[in-house]
Amino acid sequence: MPVVTIHEREVHLDEEGFLTDPSEWDEQLAHELAANIGLELTPRHLEVIAFARADAAENGETPTLRRMTAVGEFPTKELFQLFPKKPAKKLSYVAGLQKPVGCV
Amino acid sequence: MTAADAMTAPIPSFDDDDEEDGGRKLVMICSKGSLDMAYPGLVLANAALGEGIETHLFFTFWGFDIINKKTMSALKFTPVGNPATHMPQMLMGLPGMTSFATHMMKKQMDGLDIPEVPEFLDLIHGAGGHLWACRMSADMMHLSEDDLYDGVEGIISATDFMEISAGAQTIFI
Repeated sequence: MPVVTIHEREVHLDEEGFLTDPSEWDEQLAHELAANIGLELTPRHLEVIAFARADAAENGETPTLRRMTAVGEFPTKELFQLFPKKPAKKLSYVAGLQKPVGCV
Repeated sequence: MTAADAMTAPIPSFDDDDEEDGGRKLVMICSKGSLDMAYPGLVLANAALGEGIETHLFFTFWGFDIINKKTMSALKFTPVGNPATHMPQMLMGLPGMTSFATHMMKKQMDGLDIPEVPEFLDLIHGAGGHLWACRMSADMMHLSEDDLYDGVEGIISATDFMEISAGAQTIFI
């Protein structure tokens, strides 16, 4: 499991590059991670990320896309616009969460 | 604590460049109208869309019940002729058994937070999935686009389907 330094702070990542400890995340890191995958974060991105992190903290698992829509009330279409093509995975990456495991 | 350290951070490969993933395309033919047979297509379509795969669902024959506004909320599951229920088949045809089995299955799915059919269609439609209805089935059942889920893009012929499915991975359900 790689431990790397981003912005003079150590973070733990899994093999693929997802954070393994969400508490090591902050907004500055989110911008850094987003840039890695060609995204520029807007305030709306941060809203989505904030919900995903709060939901994951509460339930112990990363919300699926369906949950983001059903509980977070972010329209599916918008999630695809904000995090193109693979919204669930990209959102988890930028939010410092693991990939969602649920099927729907 | 140098910039070089940051460079070593692995970055997930999302393979979302059309050239990299070969513009993968998935087509599912949904031909069954029972509750248990509606879900495989819906679950896989939703998963495929979440992976950035171009996805088309083609509803034909009994599969029309999945997109027919009158029936989509009330699909049924019957244990008749299904040995995988591990129940005595003679009893499965008794009156009320289909309602009971449907109720049990819906309860289980609700417990797992699996959406009902109309909500699932909303998800797929919202995620950019394409929904198509079969011309011959529509004619046989005397249905028009007004009778179908609003996200259905059109009632198309078998030939149109061939064009849409060109180069796609096609799954018959």
